[in-house]
Amino acid sequence: MLQIESRQFATTHNLFACIQCGKCTGGCPMAVKTTLNPRNLIYRLLVAGNGYDLEGREELWDCTTCATCSSRCPKLVNPMEAVIALRGAFVEKGRVHPNVKTALESTFRHGNPLSMPREERVRWASDLSIKPFGEGVEYLFFVGCTPSYDPRVQQVARSLVKLVQHANLDFGFLAEEESCCGSEIRRLGEAGLFEMIVEENQEMLKAMSVDKMFTTSPHCFNAFKNDYPQNGVQVEHYTQLLSRALENGWLKFSGRFEKTVTFHDPCYLGKHNGIYDEPRQVLTGIPGLKLVEMDRSREKSLCCEGGGGRMWLEGSNPGTRLARWRIQEALDTGAQVLATACPFCLLTLEEALKHQNAEDKLRVMDIAEIADQVL
Amino acid sequence: MSTYDLPNRLEPAALVIGGGIAGIQAALDIADGGFQVTLVERSASIGGRMAQLDKTFPTLDCSSCILTPKMVDVSRHPNIQLLTYSEVAKVSGQMGDFQVQIRRKPRYVDESKCRGCGLCAEACRLNGRVRGDPLTEFNAGIAKRAAIYVPFPQAVPLIYTVDPEACVYLTRGVCGKTFKCQEACTAGAIDFTQSEQLIEVNVSTIVIATGYDVFDARRKPEFGYGVYPQVITTLEFERLASASGPTAGKIRLNEHQPEKLVFIQCVGSRDLSIDLPNCSRVCCMAVAKQAHLAHDRLPGAEITVLYMDIRAFGKGFEEFYDRVRHEGVLYRRGNPSEIIRRGENLVVRAEDTLLGELVEIEADLVVLAVGMQPRREADGFAQAIKLARGEDGYFLEQHPKLQTVESSLPGVFLAGCCQGPKDIPDTVAHAKAAASAALISLAKMRGEPAILVGIGASYATN
Repeated sequence: MLQIESRQFATTHNLFACIQCGKCTGGCPMAVKTTLNPRNLIYRLLVAGNGYDLEGREELWDCTTCATCSSRCPKLVNPMEAVIALRGAFVEKGRVHPNVKTALESTFRHGNPLSMPREERVRWASDLSIKPFGEGVEYLFFVGCTPSYDPRVQQVARSLVKLVQHANLDFGFLAEEESCCGSEIRRLGEAGLFEMIVEENQEMLKAMSVDKMFTTSPHCFNAFKNDYPQNGVQVEHYTQLLSRALENGWLKFSGRFEKTVTFHDPCYLGKHNGIYDEPRQVLTGIPGLKLVEMDRSREKSLCCEGGGGRMWLEGSNPGTRLARWRIQEALDTGAQVLATACPFCLLTLEEALKHQNAEDKLRVMDIAEIADQVL
Repeated sequence: MSTYDLPNRLEPAALVIGGGIAGIQAALDIADGGFQVTLVERSASIGGRMAQLDKTFPTLDCSSCILTPKMVDVSRHPNIQLLTYSEVAKVSGQMGDFQVQIRRKPRYVDESKCRGCGLCAEACRLNGRVRGDPLTEFNAGIAKRAAIYVPFPQAVPLIYTVDPEACVYLTRGVCGKTFKCQEACTAGAIDFTQSEQLIEVNVSTIVIATGYDVFDARRKPEFGYGVYPQVITTLEFERLASASGPTAGKIRLNEHQPEKLVFIQCVGSRDLSIDLPNCSRVCCMAVAKQAHLAHDRLPGAEITVLYMDIRAFGKGFEEFYDRVRHEGVLYRRGNPSEIIRRGENLVVRAEDTLLGELVEIEADLVVLAVGMQPRREADGFAQAIKLARGEDGYFLEQHPKLQTVESSLPGVFLAGCCQGPKDIPDTVAHAKAAASAALISLAKMRGEPAILVGIGASYATN
């Protein structure tokens, strides 16, 4: 038994607004391959009287929080947030997958969900002479956990540093003092831990007098922009900053990148925040680069299946990761490079590429890496 | 003494803004009631949306066959001054004494000389190359015309107009050594020296019949309108189905006869995510009618309608909905989430909510039932005279049940879709009610019983 008070839940989450049109489920990338059905879930919660048993509803862990459902709902219901809240009921009872438990505990202890020691957070930057953020520095560079620790994504962080230095922007970072933004923690349903993280990070931002910041990951960007209480800090994803740097002539490319590139919109940039143009502006600003679009792009972009804590959770249908379909869609365009601008997308797509044995036809790169090559 | 002999100045008169079916009906009724009417229409012809439709539901009357006689009546009515290609620039004053400034846009064609023969359009170097704006163009962007045009052959008035956004001379200052249109015109009507004119009229009462904007389906990017040529709107379908349309009534897309049609209801209606909360009231029946036409003209075609709820509330509507299903049109409940490309065809992805299953429906023609939204262009003068709008953006009536034609201003009345979405019968009834309200105030101002002339008489045959 995992009983929740469904009447209260339905009221809090605006579920009575639902007209059962099915738009959420029709576009849900997970509904295609698992039993997750947001419309049906909402209806069951509505008709359950005042008690709904979540027992056995393992498909709640399939949701990637891609926001397709919430961005299209004609009645402003947010099935994605309802799923996150329902996960909370599992978390409260400690009924979570061991991987989730590990990620949550690690974040609590080490400030990252990857079970990595805090001291090693800055190792990737040891030879880059990045100054610590302090009074009077214009931008805080919020690196994020995956770019700090994952060897593959560290390359993205390094490229990004070179680009921002090249553009002569005044920035600093928090080094070992940086802690997880909590984006995935919140989406795994650990609202309490997330609240704690927010409080600590808010205090830190205030103590350091941060006015402006940019992030490597769209997930960190979204958390600071939409999940944190308003704090007056102007947060940007790095593609926004680079696009502005190009427009203002702070950043200039001297090399050429003679390749056909297609762009995979990360959900947390696109569907969550409506940022579709800036990444493309950076790509088309690269001399020699030819941008082609996949059929599913921008608002219709297919999720890579790396969000909502799914980096650490297989879900109920591990056989066909969405990223593999995505690789096929990228191959169909004839592009040589599949570009993205998100650490999670980069990792899931690259893994899928290996799985498809298509590494001789396609490369997965972050926009920052491509731009770094033409400096 | 007939009313027409009374000197204009002493007679209270009315202004009707908008020349669609609502404005046409209101103008005819007020004029038949014996008062002078100035009818102002922004585009080059009266007729409005109704003129674009092929058949009307649920009776399947030919839309233009029932509309055209009324348009002609307007042009011949001795009490109606028709100003097309004109806009209300300014309104001041109050009930009984409105001063209205009307901007007459230059047609670059002398209205007194043009005979509507069309030689100019044939000669125009852009003939067959101007698509225009799909949201406002008569053929909804599915056909191309010249830079000098009449919107459609039954246009009233049948006078050509130079499109200032397309004309090579007007956009670039030069059209070659000579003006092709000017050379071709045997009436000497082309006149590029024309400029905008402002005229003033004094009226006692105003009827607003500015209609609605068609929803721009690009605002629902998940459907790929404007990206996939196989995705069209219900308005485009009307033009495809119309015997007088660019395909002479053949439902064809680039010479291809569609075999798998999917209609999608409620595109731009009932949708809070794009701030359009209202039901547009006509789309359920418009789709039923179009599905019927498709069934009729495309033998063997698979026709699917994807819907959330079917609203068939009007006289004969439910019966028509029954009829269309009997013909084999498949209604599936589910609001589709997206359209993607698969090979040559498209795939509509939806949850069939009655099955509780995801379905992918292949289609070679998808028709989006685009809804109505408040007219943006009506903002200018509405703000100037402080005409109230409701939360939904439509002009606000005095009382939602008892005074639906009275606006927030005394002496200013609302007719048709400017007050909220309506189908044709409701629009005509509303316009007649607005005309009645206007006539009452006009009669009171005259201080004597109105002399009624020729109600229902057709001036087209006089």
